[in-house]
Amino acid sequence: MVGDSSSVIVSDYFGVIVSEAKQSFKKEAHMDLKGSIKVKDLNFYYGTHQALKNISMTIEPHQIVAMIGPSGCGKSTLIRIFNRMNDLIPQTRVEGEVLIDGTDIYDKNTDVVSLRRRVGMVFQKSTPFPKSIYENIAYGLKIVGIKDRRILNEAVEKSLKRAALWEEVKDNLNKSAMSLSGGQQQRLCIARAIAIDPQIILMDEPCSALDPIATARIEELMGTLKDEYTIVVVTHNMQQAGRVSDKTAFLMHGQIIEFNKTTDFFTRPSSKVTEDYITGRFG
Amino acid sequence: MKLPSSSVIASEAKQSFKDLIRSSFEQTRFQRALWDHAMVYVLTLCAVFMLFILFTILIHLFIQGFTSLNLDFFTQLPKPVGEKGGGMANAIAGTFTLLGLAVCVGVPIGLGAGVYLSEYANQNFAQVVRFMADVMNGIPSIVYGIFAYIVCVLPLKSFSALSGGFALGIMMIPMITRTSEQFVRMVPSQLREAGLALGVPKWRVTVDIVIPSALAGITTGIMVALARVAGETAPLLFTAFGNHYWQRSLTEPIAALPLQVFTYAIAPFDDWHRQAWAGAIVLILMVLLINGWAQFYVMRRNRWSSGK
Repeated sequence: MVGDSSSVIVSDYFGVIVSEAKQSFKKEAHMDLKGSIKVKDLNFYYGTHQALKNISMTIEPHQIVAMIGPSGCGKSTLIRIFNRMNDLIPQTRVEGEVLIDGTDIYDKNTDVVSLRRRVGMVFQKSTPFPKSIYENIAYGLKIVGIKDRRILNEAVEKSLKRAALWEEVKDNLNKSAMSLSGGQQQRLCIARAIAIDPQIILMDEPCSALDPIATARIEELMGTLKDEYTIVVVTHNMQQAGRVSDKTAFLMHGQIIEFNKTTDFFTRPSSKVTEDYITGRFG
Repeated sequence: MKLPSSSVIASEAKQSFKDLIRSSFEQTRFQRALWDHAMVYVLTLCAVFMLFILFTILIHLFIQGFTSLNLDFFTQLPKPVGEKGGGMANAIAGTFTLLGLAVCVGVPIGLGAGVYLSEYANQNFAQVVRFMADVMNGIPSIVYGIFAYIVCVLPLKSFSALSGGFALGIMMIPMITRTSEQFVRMVPSQLREAGLALGVPKWRVTVDIVIPSALAGITTGIMVALARVAGETAPLLFTAFGNHYWQRSLTEPIAALPLQVFTYAIAPFDDWHRQAWAGAIVLILMVLLINGWAQFYVMRRNRWSSGK
């Protein structure tokens, strides 16, 4: 029968992917970790322009996934799908499914505000609020109604320590957050994101405005944060992707060209385009 | 005969074009320098003329008014006709009261409208409102006075401080709307996104993050509006009306510096004329004081933000 033969071919063709997905599913079930992302046949449009095409990928909990690709390839758009940041842009449209811990975040019943509390984000340009260092961290907690000074103090200290910023600012918590250096501001933003205890942290080119020393500190930080959070990081820096991530995705023209373990990705790229890109033949 | 190739012709044409530019450049050198100097001269003259007007006013005010500018002026009530001396204490307090009331009306509505236009409004609607605000800014102040007279004085059946404050307040609304919209719009969108990405509802992002970021500009806008209405006389003629004594409640007519200056200036007494000049000086100083305080506040805030 026609239907049978074609399904055989398809299952053969995707055999590897399917079995990998099954494995990851088992793993998830066993380890019971929070913070998995599963994307199924995602299409995304800015007006009539299709920015993402047939994206399917699975991000396992407590992994660092790097996204690389030339400018305009859709990597930032994709990362902003995960906390529905693209909702803010008028005339955008999403097709397909994005499951975070098994729940479709584009379901019409999804509460976007509580989704964003579970999926934190750090931006390319550091964005300290016009408040003191202390208030920047405590703000996210105060919003949910935590007023107890002791709990707030504790959370501020813990988050700043976690973001490796505590030692530098502990005597100046009431100083304006704008007075910090670029690298410190970025770590403050990370501390602010983890203060409300999310499951996933999205980072959109977090180091592109930082010098190599500040970059190294952020990368080190990502390594330690992995124990508690799933991290998705967009970067233009392939060495960075190689250094920090467990898996790397390569996007071009809104499509995932390759998504693989980082070690394999850089040593044995399966596609010619990926190889050309990572060896610097274009892009 | 061998014809020159097209490329030779082209390069010759290019050469002569370059020569043409160079020679005409040389020829016009003197002319250009002349225009350059002339324009700078004219512009400087304009700037100096503006300063000249300001200083003429200030110097004239001081010469005419400073003899009446003593402690009594700030502490005494106006004396009855014929008696020398007295002051404008009630008018000074009255102006502060009226400005306070005007702020209560103008700032919440103006700021609210400005924030709405920048953060929430549909762009076509915002365009219409912006245009209307500009039209409102152009309405003569006496019309605001008549409006306040109809909606405030007639129903209350009395001239009052409230209606005066209302008249000045509604004058401030379109000015504050325009400036606060501009400054709120200038807040980088990343800051809004950062707030939203933290799981903060949009209204809290607006109140806690966006408005504080634009506060310096918003404050300046409010101060400019305040300074403009502080000197308004026409809308107060129909509303606050003026009062020779201390007013006992906000529902009574109230004295105001511009009104007092106006009344004294058209009176036939020399002493009153001098007091009118002094009143004008105090009015200008008040505006300067309010502006200076606002500038100081904004500067201190900025200094804190930048960590110096």
